[in-house]
Amino acid sequence: MISDETIKYVAALAKLDLSEEEAVRAKIDLSQIIEYVNRMNELDTTGIEPMSHVFAYENVFREDVVTNRSERDVILSNAPESKDGGFKVPKTVE
Amino acid sequence: MDLTKLSALELGREIKNGQVSAVDAVKEQLAVIKDRDAKYQCFISVEAEKALAEAETVQKKIEQGEYKNSPIAGVPIAVKDNICVKDMYATCASKMLYNFKPGYHAAVIEKLKEAGAIIIGKTNMDEFAMGSTTETSYFGETKNPWDIERVPGGSSGGSAAAVAAEETPIALGSDTGGSIRQPSAFCGVTGIKPTYGTVSRFGLIAYASSLDQIGPIGRNVSDCAALLEVIAGHDIKDSTSVPDLDKNYMLALVDDVKGMRIGIPSGYIGEGLDPEIRGAVTKAGKVLAEKGAIVETFDLDMADYAVPAYYVIASAEASSNLSRYDGVKYGYRTKEFTNLAEVYKKTRNEGFGQEVKRRMMIGAFVLSSGYYDAYYIKALQVKALIKKAFDEAFKKYDFILGPTAPTTALKSGNNLENPLKMYLGDIYTVSVNLAGLPAISLPYGIDSKGLPIGLQLIGDAFKEKTIIRGAYALEQTRPAIRPAL
Amino acid sequence: MKSYETVIGLEVHCELDTKSKIFCGCTTQFGGEPNTHVCPVCSGMPGTLPVLNKQVVNYALKAGLALNCDITRYCKFDRKNYFYPDLPKAYQISQLYLPICHNGYVEIETESGRKQIGIHEIHMEEDAGKLIHDEWEDCTIVDYNRCGVPLIEIVSEPDMRSAEEVIAYLEKLKLILQYLGVSDCKMQEGSLRADINLSVREVGSDILGTRTEMKNMNSFKAIARAIEGERKRQIELLEEGKTIIQETRRWDDNKDTSFGMRSKEDAQDYRYFPDPDLPPISISEAWIKQVKNEQPELRDEKMTRYMKEFEIPEYDAAIITGSKVMADIFELTADLCKKPKEVSNWLMVETMRLLKVHDMEAEEIHFSGNNLAKLIGLVDKGTINRTVAKKVFEVIFTEDIDPERYVEENGLKMEADDGQLRTVIENVLAENEKSVQDFKAGKTKAMGFLVGQTMKTMKGKADPGMVNRLLTEMLS
Repeated sequence: MISDETIKYVAALAKLDLSEEEAVRAKIDLSQIIEYVNRMNELDTTGIEPMSHVFAYENVFREDVVTNRSERDVILSNAPESKDGGFKVPKTVE
Repeated sequence: MDLTKLSALELGREIKNGQVSAVDAVKEQLAVIKDRDAKYQCFISVEAEKALAEAETVQKKIEQGEYKNSPIAGVPIAVKDNICVKDMYATCASKMLYNFKPGYHAAVIEKLKEAGAIIIGKTNMDEFAMGSTTETSYFGETKNPWDIERVPGGSSGGSAAAVAAEETPIALGSDTGGSIRQPSAFCGVTGIKPTYGTVSRFGLIAYASSLDQIGPIGRNVSDCAALLEVIAGHDIKDSTSVPDLDKNYMLALVDDVKGMRIGIPSGYIGEGLDPEIRGAVTKAGKVLAEKGAIVETFDLDMADYAVPAYYVIASAEASSNLSRYDGVKYGYRTKEFTNLAEVYKKTRNEGFGQEVKRRMMIGAFVLSSGYYDAYYIKALQVKALIKKAFDEAFKKYDFILGPTAPTTALKSGNNLENPLKMYLGDIYTVSVNLAGLPAISLPYGIDSKGLPIGLQLIGDAFKEKTIIRGAYALEQTRPAIRPAL
Repeated sequence: MKSYETVIGLEVHCELDTKSKIFCGCTTQFGGEPNTHVCPVCSGMPGTLPVLNKQVVNYALKAGLALNCDITRYCKFDRKNYFYPDLPKAYQISQLYLPICHNGYVEIETESGRKQIGIHEIHMEEDAGKLIHDEWEDCTIVDYNRCGVPLIEIVSEPDMRSAEEVIAYLEKLKLILQYLGVSDCKMQEGSLRADINLSVREVGSDILGTRTEMKNMNSFKAIARAIEGERKRQIELLEEGKTIIQETRRWDDNKDTSFGMRSKEDAQDYRYFPDPDLPPISISEAWIKQVKNEQPELRDEKMTRYMKEFEIPEYDAAIITGSKVMADIFELTADLCKKPKEVSNWLMVETMRLLKVHDMEAEEIHFSGNNLAKLIGLVDKGTINRTVAKKVFEVIFTEDIDPERYVEENGLKMEADDGQLRTVIENVLAENEKSVQDFKAGKTKAMGFLVGQTMKTMKGKADPGMVNRLLTEMLS
């Protein structure tokens, strides 16, 4: 069920540049784990609402007020590379 | 008087009485850390200067009459390294954040400061809180103070070990699938995972957003209750934070379980469980019954499905939460790259450890188109059923009693080779996170290997007081245990 | 060649005009030095969490109701996961599974008549940052100021069949959203963006062709050009027997053509799932009712009212209400000077002319109704003549000056002294014997010349009507 393609696919989604060995290892681990996880299918869940939030809270809002001021130093303080007040990255191609 | 042997509340009282100054308390604590931490490696960073300066300030304020209602003013505290303290490192024990210093406090840290507690350092953990042994830390392993060839548990291994090794009286940990409770059990200390929403997650570097909670670790139930009172409470910066909380947890420190109905899931104490741990659970049940509680075993449905549901949900959320670590805004960036794609892929491949990468891929898989319904939605349905099973149980029982972990502290070395086997160690703790419930782990005896056994009390939502009372009563029935340090 | 039909659907992103961002308290103000409208939350710092701005929900409801949508009474936010430097969390908080509005429509009018364009859904989401391409170095600079600005995305049904219909749809949306006050919809500033989904098929077929998505059109004209270009491109491919690749294409207005965006090597699998950090939203009957009650007069209503109340022709009412800014100025000015037809005239003629001259959109008008009302008053009282008034208006238009003060300071008042005027006219007549003779000989044009000469001597500060009268009197 977990093929080499799948490993390539999920590694790409997760933006991981796996080495050959890592890919081989990942295939073994993921196969084992997904097989184990498949036991959930033993449970009949027809009609059960998937529970994304455990308690029934709704409508948590804030008012439309500007409360923040510029804190650019803090924002850039951990940047691996910055320039002209922004984060510097290799040229992006559209 | 060796200050570092006192409980947090005891130390707090001494400081308030003027018997001891906060500065001395911190000084002594730092000396112990200096002496011992090379052996146990509980801390990733120790902030000696900042702590001493803070102690001076707090001491002055105490003398001026401030912090009257705070029982832990002047008391040192260690904080797990996934909780943001402004201008201190928050590495999550990962190469990815090896040099990250947030410019903001987590909400719990603001509360600690309001209470006058003094942060002495950031503790070791499994990388990004993913693990049960603290062996996945980029900065090295923490040793279990009971046996340095064994793991302290995880992911809050550093915090639990620091409390056990008397390197700090109290500590903050985080719990997503058992990460406060299991290391507390392995290290013979007490830890509480609060009801989801009780403690603000703002400033807790996220692992699985619907499951994470920050909680206290201490040497006894009272210290934990006191610390929980400090950190609990509504926070407008966390939309999942609960309003209108009754946080008078210390009122529950009463040795009285008369009439309390206690259920022990028969599935929990079956075949797979270490017989000595089973013995501890049964003994605890008997003792509580002798104290007037009504104790019985029962069938807790869904127990087998909690671990798979947990790993699907936690990995899915984690894969999303950890996508922001990309070498652009903070943390590690790969040294050689020719384009943006390489910045992403190489940074993440080099910056993350094996377990994190594994979970990123599982998470991507279970959310990917074609598998989303079969895995993620299915897991959310299982989660609903698990919650329902607990709801049914709590109609009959005030709290559920059982083991925290299927074994005592594991030997270090080869736990990471078989991830699935490691995941199964979470069998008693993950269902609690899925249902959002509170639970406490407290030490209850030692096994034949001389290792502490941990018992878990699970309560209904927002019923921390119930489990604190049960744990407190149980605590009184056996002597406190300390490792030989 | 076969006959082809173009099938077009739009995804319109509209920045909401709230004061603060959707999930944090940073300002939504346009511009600013990079990363100065940014906090740890909207820049995706570790440990930070979103908190929803209630006004965003209000504005989304206003838009949905005005666009005839059903409201999704229980809705959630979902995470859309992908990597790009302008997305700090590497996921965008959006709504896929339960968008706040669905199943609406908008009526448009084109040369071919009236038509309803279906709206599939409207959802709330956060905007991403901006990438600034560095000129000196081979790199890109990332600015998160725009991150977290609230957006609504309006997804239409593929009901449009031509560029004309698309423009009509966009204009209608723009008007409605402006009138509601939820967005200023300025395409040049990026507060209104449209992505076009276009496919072609043989006339008569009811199967949809493969569609492409086009982005990066920055004006209505560019959109029209892009539609024409893509229709042609697709038809050409089909005629050649080739297949159309489903892809996203980037429009380049300078080159007047589109380019397939480099298909990303990794699949665009967004892995949407409900955001656990944000509780769901439950919209009550009472809330919907309140929003409905607060809905201001929209364009069509206003137009009808202007025609009735102020007795303005339909054509004029359409132009004036064609922009909320203009409509607001009209109402304010008319209320002050009580001369709606005058006001209408100033807007229809001079204002429209100056908009063209300055290459501005009506939204960019920044003069006040107060000053226009004053100007109308000055003309009415005879303090200045129309020619002078037009010149003064030009300054009002650009600088919003107080015309009363301006006229004083620049000595523009008409000199209406009868005696002085007669003297001047006497001199003009004396100096222009020939013209006087021409006029008396029946050449009426000569009058114009004499009026002109008089006005010249008066430096324009005379009432031409009065000059005309006096000249006629003195020549008879």
